[in-house]
Amino acid sequence: MAQHQVNYAASGGLPVALTTVDKLVNWGRSNSLWALTYGLACCAIEMMASGASRYDFDRFGVIFRASPRQADVMIVAGTLTKKHAEFIRRLYDQMAEPKWVISMGSCANTGGMFNTYATVQGVDRVIPVDLYLPGCAPRPETLQYAVMLLQKKIRKQTIFQKQKPKRLV
Amino acid sequence: MMRPYVPKDNVQKRSYYTDRFWVAPKIEEEDVSKDEVFAKDVEALKSRFEIEKAFLQRGQLIVYIDPSLNLEVLRFFKEELQYDMLMELSAVDYLSRSGEFEVFYQLLSLSKRKRARIKCLIKEDQAIESVNPVFRSADWSEREMFDMFGIKVNNHPYFKRILMPEDWVGYPLRKSYPLHGDEAAQWYEIDKIFGKEYREVVGPEIRDAAWVDPKDTENFARYGHEVPKGAPYDSEPMEIESFNEDAPLVETFDLKKSKIVDRDR
Ligand code: SF4
Repeated sequence: MAQHQVNYAASGGLPVALTTVDKLVNWGRSNSLWALTYGLACCAIEMMASGASRYDFDRFGVIFRASPRQADVMIVAGTLTKKHAEFIRRLYDQMAEPKWVISMGSCANTGGMFNTYATVQGVDRVIPVDLYLPGCAPRPETLQYAVMLLQKKIRKQTIFQKQKPKRLV
Repeated sequence: MMRPYVPKDNVQKRSYYTDRFWVAPKIEEEDVSKDEVFAKDVEALKSRFEIEKAFLQRGQLIVYIDPSLNLEVLRFFKEELQYDMLMELSAVDYLSRSGEFEVFYQLLSLSKRKRARIKCLIKEDQAIESVNPVFRSADWSEREMFDMFGIKVNNHPYFKRILMPEDWVGYPLRKSYPLHGDEAAQWYEIDKIFGKEYREVVGPEIRDAAWVDPKDTENFARYGHEVPKGAPYDSEPMEIESFNEDAPLVETFDLKKSKIVDRDR
């Protein structure tokens, strides 16, 4: 017989945690955002710096994957050319649900300074974007902040949402 | 005293500079005899081929030839005159001036330490012979020349566009090509990925980088007055709670509890 009777409900340090399924699943999702490496131009350098030891993305659970099948979030870092547009759409379609997109830098947001015939004027013409990250190039701190905002957004979502209809190429 | 009134309605649109197209000063053309190495080269060249014009500009030799001679002249330059590198090859669009392209071949001689430029003028739809058998570096340059200007090159080993996609319409480096692209270019990615009927859904490109719809609550949040996404512009603002409140096991950073070790960083 236990020497001390522990009244779990009364004491503050409960070894039991109560939560909802939504919160549990979203906790898992938001803290293991595996990112698809999508470096297209100079912004990719900042994205790499965010992943490297100084800024250490791993502690947010953001681990870069080279395959769209294993990725949850696509960080579009750089200038999207019109020649490449169909491939970004294909890679986006290959990612498993649920998936999110961060558009990193002016080029990905609006075409940036490349107001020319060969640049897509914003990736949102081709794929749906969750978060626009301004800057040319945004510093790693900014990307970390973007990821934190995305985590916040994910935590607000319900996991029973309907999947949006997709159009395949 | 009052300043006289000047209408300012179109102050942004009016062009301030009437001499908008700056005309570059022409570089002086010097006689070939000024440089003895080039003088000898041109003499040897004249004994074999008929050349239209030869002169020096900024210490480089420029030779105009007939486009049908290009392969033979380049072979002569490489094998007899020791110009062993083809540094660059491309074209200049003079279609509006004379209906012609100027194709140039920039050569370098390492042993003589001299540079020579061979030029020829071709008509818009005239094809030119590939110099690939003489200089292998011409391969991609000629493809780029076709990609950007639409100049056809005969007997090229692998003749197709190099930079733009295969199904691109038009030749972007021609002076007549608009900077923002023609219609096919502006809708290229939409047409290719979704199909033409999707143009209405996506809408035209926004080329004005400063344009923001201030009442757009779908894409933008007004700082300090965040309404729900897509809600009417002047509806009740949302309450935005702090970061990690609802995230279990994640602790909110507290500045007071932390200690700054190194201020300089
Ligand atoms: S936004 Fe700036 S840094 Fe980023 S890809 Fe474009 S030009 Fe490069």
